[in-house]
Amino acid sequence: MTAPAQLDHPETDELLDRPWVAIVWNDPVNLMSYVTHVLIELFGFTKDKATQLMLQVHHDGKAVVSNGTREQMEADVARCHAKGLWATLQQD
Amino acid sequence: MRGMRFTRHRGVLRADLDEVEAGVLAQLAEEVLGLVDEPEVSGDPLAALVGLPPGDVPEPDGPVLSRLLPDAYDRPGADGTDPEASGDFRRYTDADLRAGKRANAQVVLDTVPEGGGRMTLDRDQADAWLGCLNDVRLALGTSLGVTEHTDPDDYADNDPAYQALQVYGWLGYLQESLLSCLEPRVSGTP
Repeated sequence: MTAPAQLDHPETDELLDRPWVAIVWNDPVNLMSYVTHVLIELFGFTKDKATQLMLQVHHDGKAVVSNGTREQMEADVARCHAKGLWATLQQD
Repeated sequence: MRGMRFTRHRGVLRADLDEVEAGVLAQLAEEVLGLVDEPEVSGDPLAALVGLPPGDVPEPDGPVLSRLLPDAYDRPGADGTDPEASGDFRRYTDADLRAGKRANAQVVLDTVPEGGGRMTLDRDQADAWLGCLNDVRLALGTSLGVTEHTDPDDYADNDPAYQALQVYGWLGYLQESLLSCLEPRVSGTP
């Protein structure tokens, strides 16, 4: 067995530690009631929380709906796409 | 085509469709089915059989398909686009995304009464209808270029867009009535 090479790149580590976020964007087609319904189903939000996020999407053009690792956010974005929400992920 | 709406009776959803409504819904579901057909995937066809990563998936062609199958990393029109990451994401998700939309559209085609009549849906079928109605509205709304301020009354009666916007508005009414019958089913992450 060989020991893995020791890499010391603190700036890279810091970059990797920054969380990723899934963002839902406003679009002119999706019904407000539908967006709220989907946010509850996908993320388990209360109706109040889902309504608040939906209104943020509507008024501000976008809202962060979840955060975590890149892999988790890719899964969340895929689930949003399956429901027809316009979602992307990015590093916060 | 204004009368149809969903109602709930003892856990079953019900709607009465006239011939025109049933025909329009079937035609639109058929169009979505065609839109999200399986794309031609480049790469080795044997790769999938032995569990290797899928080949590159072509980017969606045109605004309607781009809206149904969005980029995961690039908000269209934004700076700092990352087509490579979006392409990678698409390689792993595109087939499932398309298959889900086709499955929803197929439920609509299987349950919409030909020539009109009464339709009853269980919860899974109702969820498929909800998803397909949304896809149909996304496709129609995108192709019509609707905005939050679009008003059919701004168009002349004989403008083809006027008729299409009437259908689009009716679909929204229908989706709203379906939503009013459905309590969200939480299936997501804790």
